[in-house]
Parts: sequence; C-alpha cells; structure tokens
Amino acid sequence: MAAFALVALSPIDPLQANIGQVALGSMSAEQVARLQAYWGVGQPLIGRYLNWLSGFLRGDLGVSLLYRQEVSQVIAEKCANSVWLMGFAWCVSGVLGIALGVTAGVRRGRFSDRLIRGGCLLVSSTPAFWIALMALIVFAVWLGWFPIGLSIPIGMDAARVSLADRLHHAALPALVLSITGIPNVALHTREKMVEVLESDYVLFARARGERTTQIVLRHGLRNILLPAITLQFGAIGEIFGGSTLIEQVFSYPGLGQAAVAAGLGSDLPLLMGIAVISAVIVFGGNLAADLLYGVVDPRVRKGGAHR
Amino acid sequence: MQRSDPILEVKGLSVSFLQYGRGMRQQLLNVVHGLDLAVSEREIIAVVGASGSGKSLLAHAILGLLPYNAHMEGGCRFRGEPLDEARLRRLRGKEIVLVPQGVSYLDPLMCVGAQLNGGEKAPDSRRRTRESLARYGLGEEVERMYPFELSGGMARRVMIAAAVRNTPKLVIADEPTPGLNPEAARRILGHFREIADEGAGVLLITHDLEMALTVADRVAVFYAGRILEEASVADFMQEETLRHPYTRALWRAMPQNGFQPLAGAQPYAGEGQEGCLFASRCPLRSAECTKEPPVREIGNGWARCFHAGERGKADGFDSGTNFVPV
Ligand SMILES: Nc1ncnc2c1ncn2[C@@H]1O[C@H](COP(=O)(O)OP(=O)(O)O)[C@@H](O)[C@H]1O
Ligand SMILES: [Mg+2]
Repeated sequence: MAAFALVALSPIDPLQANIGQVALGSMSAEQVARLQAYWGVGQPLIGRYLNWLSGFLRGDLGVSLLYRQEVSQVIAEKCANSVWLMGFAWCVSGVLGIALGVTAGVRRGRFSDRLIRGGCLLVSSTPAFWIALMALIVFAVWLGWFPIGLSIPIGMDAARVSLADRLHHAALPALVLSITGIPNVALHTREKMVEVLESDYVLFARARGERTTQIVLRHGLRNILLPAITLQFGAIGEIFGGSTLIEQVFSYPGLGQAAVAAGLGSDLPLLMGIAVISAVIVFGGNLAADLLYGVVDPRVRKGGAHR
Repeated sequence: MQRSDPILEVKGLSVSFLQYGRGMRQQLLNVVHGLDLAVSEREIIAVVGASGSGKSLLAHAILGLLPYNAHMEGGCRFRGEPLDEARLRRLRGKEIVLVPQGVSYLDPLMCVGAQLNGGEKAPDSRRRTRESLARYGLGEEVERMYPFELSGGMARRVMIAAAVRNTPKLVIADEPTPGLNPEAARRILGHFREIADEGAGVLLITHDLEMALTVADRVAVFYAGRILEEASVADFMQEETLRHPYTRALWRAMPQNGFQPLAGAQPYAGEGQEGCLFASRCPLRSAECTKEPPVREIGNGWARCFHAGERGKADGFDSGTNFVPV
C-alpha cells in the first residue's frame, strides 16, 4: 500500500517518462487522452488501489503497463533470472562469511584476524555499485573473462541458450553480490565466535582436555550456527536490495532491474507485484529461520514439552 | 599424620589484568598476588574466601585457562615437575581436572553424554561416561539430556562425573555447593571426600567456611587475592588456635560462634596494594601494618600478619562484649 501511494504521488509524469517529450508533442489531444487513461493519470488514488486489491485477491496481479504482459508472467521470467543470482550470492556470502568469521574469531588479534576484519570493513564501507563497476572494468573489460551485461548472449535465440551461458552471464554479478554480502555475516560471526571461545563452557571443555580444533568444531560451530542462520535468513532482504543495484550496473534483466524500471516508469501493477513477491520472499526467509531454529535448538525443540 | 610429597605446589602465583582506566592510562589490576599453596594426596585443602576475591581465577590459572586479557606470573609444579603449557595440555582432563562453578560451564546445545565423551567415539569411552554418571546416581537417560533439562543438583553431579571419569590425581572444585539444599550439598561434599580417599588431592574452592570445615583437612583463608592463613581444620575448634585476625573474624561470624559479621568490605583489586590488605578492617592494626607483613609459622600452620596469634585485644575492640576466658 505504501508502495502504491509512493508511486502515485511521485512527480514523474508516466506519459513523459515512457513515451518521451517529443513524441508526446506530436500527438493529437485525443491520443494523449487515451494514453492518459491507459496510464491512469487523473484517476483517484483510492479507486486505483481498490481496483488493484480486488484483482490481487482474486489472484490477478494485473497487466504490466510497460511490458504489456501479465504481471505474474513478467515476474516469473525476471525471477528465474534473479533466483540464480540471489541464490548463488546468498549461499556464497553465507558460507564464506561464516568461514571467514570463524577463522577471524579463532585467530583473534593475529594477522589473519586483522586481515579479515580490515577487508570486511573496506568492503562494507565501499558502495556496492562501485565494486560492481570495478569488477566490470577488471574482469569483463580488461581481462574479458566475463560478458559485460545481460543474462544471455546478445542476439541468441532464447531456446538455444545453454546452462553454461546462463552461468557465465550470472557469474560476475553474483560474485559482486556475494562479496557485498560477506562483511555483515563475517563480522557478526567473528563476534559470536569470540564470545563462544570466552564462554564458561569452552573453558570447561578445555579443562576436560579438548583441543582448540575440537572445540571449534564441536562447540564453536554448534553455538554459532543458530545466530548465523537467523542473520543469513534475515539477510535475504538485504541481498534483494543489493541485487537491484547490481542488476542495474550489469544490465542483468532480473527482478531488481524490473523493479527499478517499474518505479521510474510508473508501472504500478508491476511495481505492486514485485513488492508483494519480495515481501513474500523476505517473510519466507524469516519463517524458515524460525522453523530451523526450532529444529536446531534443543531448548526450543524439547522445551515445549517441559514448560 | 604422615604427609607425602605434594601433588600440586603453587609458587608465587600472580594474576593481573591490563585495564584501560580513565583516559588512555593503562592500569594493571593485580587480582591474585604472590600465592603459595600445596595439595597432597588424599587431602582436601579448602580455599575459603569471599566472592570476587579471585578464587575462580586461581583455579583457572592452575589449569592454564586464564582469559585472553590476563597475565600470569609464578608457576606450579605437579608431582614434582614444573607444570608448563605443554604438560598441562597433556594432563588436563586426565590427571588434573576441574569441577566448575555452575551450569553455564556446560555447552547449552550439546547433550550430556556427548559432552562427557569429549568427541571420543570408542566404546570404552562411552562405558566410562556411563559408569561415572552411574556412580553419582545418574541414569543412562541423563546422557541424552541437555543442560537446561538438568536440576541444580543433577548439573553438579554431571560436572563431577565429567571431571572424574578418568580417575584424576588432582581435582580442582570451584564452589561446588551453592544453590543446593544442605542435604544435597553435604552429599556433593561427600563425593569429594570419597575422591580424596581414593588417592587424589582435592583443592576445594568455596566461600562457605562452615561447609569447608565439614570435609576439608586444611583450610587456606583467601582475602583479596592472597592467602592470609593456612590452618588445619582442628585449629577451627576454638578461636585461640587461629592465627590471623581475619580468620578469627570469620570464625566469629559462624552461627554457632556468635554470628558477628565483620564490618567493611574487601579492598577491590588494584587499590591500596601497600602493606597488609586486611589492615583497613583489622582490630589489631598498628603502624607497622603499612609494611608488607611477614609469614609467621605457628603450630602446623602459618599466617601473614605482624600480630599473628595475638589475642585478647581483638575481641574487646570488635564488639566490646565477646570476652573469651582462656
Ligand atoms: N577477564 C577479566 N578481566 C578483568 N577482570 C576480571 C576478569 N575476570 C575476573 N576479573 C576480576 O577478578 C576478580 C576475581 O574474580 P573471580 O576469580 O571470579 O572471583 P571469585 O571466584 O572469588 O568470586 C573479580 O573482581 C573480577 O572483577
Ligand atoms: Mg568464583
């Protein structure tokens, strides 16, 4: 609903934005009026919202004004592209972030810890689009290892695009998206690891003769996993937000780019569709974290029966 | 009593923390200083002191498990040999064990059995875990329980079982009784007597002098990171055989001896380190107490005090009524 109001109130004139000043000037008044009706200019906000809502409740997301396709179809197509990207980035940033965080926590104060912490701070204080541009310049332009943009080779028939092609195109944006996601997980995991290693139960484990590797594997990971899982599922929203920027830089036709296009082009039905989908994804992430918590944490799993 | 060579000898042990005080000034917080202690076979020596006096740190220091920001001086000998880092790594959990202070010393996310096995999968290890739990009246079902499912008394017994499953030579028990009802506490202390009678030395750390006197052989009185007196349990039969004014104050604070608490509080680590640390609360304080007090051996114990063994004036000074005819 907030999304709806924001778009409706935005100063962008949908006609100017989508058709262009010049074309608009050369049209007849009748044509302009028809276009205005198409883009919903001048219609009351509440009416448009109720209209959209009643469609949505019947499972109809409406028709995208920009793409002139069913919104659900546009989203499905864009989603398929984005899922590669975000899924990969989510896994890689999660695994690498936890691994780096654990390493830094265990090697606290040593060189590797300082290196990892420094790197994380550097990455998290650098704008994502700048990292994306640098990656483009180095790997795509100078080294030529990866294509500069899009999700499939230019001019190729969609049916003939191979999985390898798709992966090749998704690799660089996914990598950049992963890197921007690492610092958050890594730094949090490091803090937690330090806390665990200073805990009473690790002291007692040492007193029972357990070695550092054993302690990290047996007690460290076990106690770090829960907060890490919560954090990483919560990070889905962040990855989603990050992908908007990254997809833009890499002209990767995913959900994020569609969201930007819909926003700038006043394509209300599409924007609302994307807002709903992202809310569902983020909510799903948090739900999954909660469910996993119940499975992993014995206090939650067995606690119900006891309290 | 014929005493064998000590299992553990602590010599000149000091533990300090580097802390950032006001501004950028670094401050060395001396929490345990110049501590000497010996534990022999078949003996329970109780270290008795108020909370916050550094008892847990003493236990952790002997095990070489001090926190990251701590600094340690002095050292220990175990069965006559210096106890260095490498040797500690070999002996921890086998010959030298800790019975920790509370449930927080058990991993909240790991069931009891797995914690006691310590990652060993061998049937022999499992058998030892089962036997040591059974010894303390804990059934097989306890192995599958998580710490949050244990009652206070069960958790204590689990921690004792975890410590003694490898028949140790030295047991360091850090406050094993608080939170238990007197009955359960007595039973737990009985377990330590048993362990000692089987040949181990036990260092029993507690703030409860009364409890300590029921099981220990000797008592070391710990005050602000320092041992002020070492006495045999028999010395606590009456006030006169005690040597240090602080020990006597503790004695008078016991319910059966008048229940007179000592006024004032222990100095906090790092403040007023000159001279006798007890001087500020001492009824026998004199001018020389601003200097480092000497160790005076009296009978089969000793005290770190200029006035060790002096009596009479102390009683009148403290309460005005507690005259003890000799
Ligand atoms: N990691 C630490 N850093 C700074 N001070 C500490 C640290 N651990 C303990 N201390 C201080 O050392 C003192 C003694 O603590 P502890 O050995 O736990 O006392 P006790 O076991 O006798 O109650 C406390 O006053 C505490 O403030
Ligand atoms: Mg303590």
